[in-house]
Amino acid sequence: MLRDYARLGIGSLFKRKLRSWLTMIGIFIGIAAVVSLISLGQGMQAAIEEQFFQLGADKVNIAVKGPNTGPPGSNSDVQLFDSDLAVVQRVKGVDVATGRLVEPIRAEFNDKEIFLFVATLAQDDDERELLVDVANVDEDNMLYGRTLKPSDQWKVIMSENYLEPKFDGKGLKVGDKVRINGQTVDVVGIFKKTGNPFVDISFVMNENAVRDLLDIPEKYGLLLAKISSDANIRNVANAIEKDLRNHRGLDEGDEDFEINTAEDVLDTLSTVLTIVTAVLVGIAAISLIVGGIGIMNTMYTSVLERQGEIGVMKAIGARNSDVLTIFMIESGMLGMVGGAIGILCGVLLSKFVEFAATAALGTTLIQAQFPWYLILGALLFSFGVGSIAGVFPALQASQLTPVEALKE
Amino acid sequence: MKQAIIELKNVWKTYEMGDVKVHALRGINLKVHKGEFVAIIGPSGSGKSTAMNQIGCLDIPTKGSVFLSKKNISTLDESDLAQIRGKKIGFIFQKFNLINTLTAKENIMLPMIFQDVPEDKRNKKAEALLKLVDLEERMDHRPNELSGGQQQRVAIARSLANDPEMILADEPTGNLDSKTGSSVLEFLKKLHKEKGTTIVMVTHDKHVAKQADRIETLKDGKIVGAKT
Repeated sequence: MLRDYARLGIGSLFKRKLRSWLTMIGIFIGIAAVVSLISLGQGMQAAIEEQFFQLGADKVNIAVKGPNTGPPGSNSDVQLFDSDLAVVQRVKGVDVATGRLVEPIRAEFNDKEIFLFVATLAQDDDERELLVDVANVDEDNMLYGRTLKPSDQWKVIMSENYLEPKFDGKGLKVGDKVRINGQTVDVVGIFKKTGNPFVDISFVMNENAVRDLLDIPEKYGLLLAKISSDANIRNVANAIEKDLRNHRGLDEGDEDFEINTAEDVLDTLSTVLTIVTAVLVGIAAISLIVGGIGIMNTMYTSVLERQGEIGVMKAIGARNSDVLTIFMIESGMLGMVGGAIGILCGVLLSKFVEFAATAALGTTLIQAQFPWYLILGALLFSFGVGSIAGVFPALQASQLTPVEALKE
Repeated sequence: MKQAIIELKNVWKTYEMGDVKVHALRGINLKVHKGEFVAIIGPSGSGKSTAMNQIGCLDIPTKGSVFLSKKNISTLDESDLAQIRGKKIGFIFQKFNLINTLTAKENIMLPMIFQDVPEDKRNKKAEALLKLVDLEERMDHRPNELSGGQQQRVAIARSLANDPEMILADEPTGNLDSKTGSSVLEFLKKLHKEKGTTIVMVTHDKHVAKQADRIETLKDGKIVGAKT
C-alpha cells in the first residue's frame, strides 16, 4: 500500500526532474552544512579527549591564574617558584611532581629570526620521565636523531613541523645550528607530531640550559604532579590547593593559581566545543528552514498543476487520506533525497577540511567523524523537513472535492 | 422487478454565485436498472455535467436523494463516497484522464490500490483487462506513448478494474475522431451485450446517444423526455 503510494509520488517527481532537483538543492545545502559541522565538531572532541588520555587522567597541573594569552604559565606577573614545587612534592598522595618552564625566545637560522616558545625537561630522572611522558617526546617518538639526554647543554629538539621551510625558505634538520637568544644550539632530534599543539610548535630543551640561557634562577611556568594510583585525584588536588594557599599566604577564594585535573580541562573544552558546534549547526539549520519553504512552494505548485489528476484519483476511489499520503510521501522524498545527497556532500566537505587542515596547519586535531546516528538522523530529519513542509499543500490537495478538481 | 442500480429522487443542485442562486438541476427523477445502457443527452448548459456528478456520486445533492444499490448516499462524507465510487462505479472521461506518470497497466491497477486489492491479484486482473481491450502489448507504455483511441481503451479497462455495478461515461468519444469514436462505442456496446454491464453515458451527440437502449433528455436542469 505505502509502497504503491511511494511509487506514485516518486513517479511524479521524476516527471518534473528539473524542478525536483532545484527544490532539493535547498535541503541539500542545509544538510551538507549540518553534517560536516557536526562531524568535524565530534572529531575535534574525540581528538581532544584522546589528547587528555595521553596526558593521563592521573595527572594534575598547577598554573598561575591570569590573562593567559600564550601557553600555560608563559605570561603573568604572578609566578610559581621552586618552593611551591617543594610544597606540592610533600603533599600526601603525590607520586612525582615537577615543574616546566615555558618561555618566549628568539630563534635565528639562515639569517631569519622567528619568535617561539621553549619548553623544558627537568634534570631529575623521575621528574624528567613524567615530562617526557606528558609531552610525548621519548625515544620511540623520534623521527630523526635522538631525544635529549639530561647531560645535554646546548642541544635542542623540535617537532616535524620545523622540517617545513619556516626560516626564510629553509627548514631545520638534525645537525643544524640554531642561534637562540644569541647562543648557538645544536639540533639533535626531530620528533613526530605529538598531537599536543603546544609542544608541536615549541622547541624543547633541558631545564638547566634554559635557566642559564635566560638567566631564570628559580621560577616555573607550570607545575605538574602525578598522583599515586591508590589516591583519589580530587582529594589530592584539594590538598595541593590548601597547602599551596597556605604556603603563598593567601585566603581561600583568593588563590592566584589554579589546579586542573585532566578531567576539569576536558570538561571545559568539551563544553566550549559543544556550544560552538551548536551555534554553527543552528546557523546551518536556518538553510534547512529555507529549504523546507522551497519544498512547500514546489508542492503547492504541484497541487495546483495536478488538480485534474487529484480529481481522477478521487473519482476512481481515492479517499482524502490516500491523497494526503501520496503528497506527503512525495514531499518527504524531496526532503530525503536532498538529504542523502547533502550527507554525501557533507562527508566529502568535512573530509576535505580534515585533509586541508592536516596539510596546511599540520594539526591532527581536526578529524571528521561520521557516527551512524549522525547519518541516519540527518536522513530522517530531512525526510521530516520535507514531510512537514508538505503538510499544508497535501491537506489542500486532499480536501479538493472531486467535482472541483475535475473541472480543470 | 429489475434491480435499480442508481436512483435519483427529486434531486436539486443549487450553486450560489454571490447573491445569485443558480439551479443547475431542478428536481430530477431517474432510475437506471441493472443491465441497462442509458444515454443522457442535452445541450451544453442543460445540467448534464451536474447530473453526471450526482449519478457518479462525485457530489451530493442540495435537495433530494440519490440511492446507489438502494443505499442513500446523499448524506455520506467525501471519504465514504470515495470508497463507494471506487467499488461500484467505473468512470470513463472525455479526456481519458489517465495518470501520465504511470504505465497503462499501472493506471488500470490504480483503482484496485485504493481498494486494497493485494498485488498479485491486481497484476492478474490488470493483465486480463488489457487483454480484453486488446492492448496487452502496450501495458508498459505511458499514456503519452499511446494514441487517443488506445488511451480511451486503457481508461475503459481502468473503469472495469473493481468489477463495478455501473460504468459512467462522460462524452467518451468527445476527444476522438469519428472512426476511433465509433470503435470505442462498439466496444462499450459489446461490453453491455456480452457481459451485461450497466452503462450510463452522458453526451451531447444524438448519434452517439442512439447506441443506447434508452435516451433521457435534459433541458434546463430537468429531464424533459425519455425515448427507448
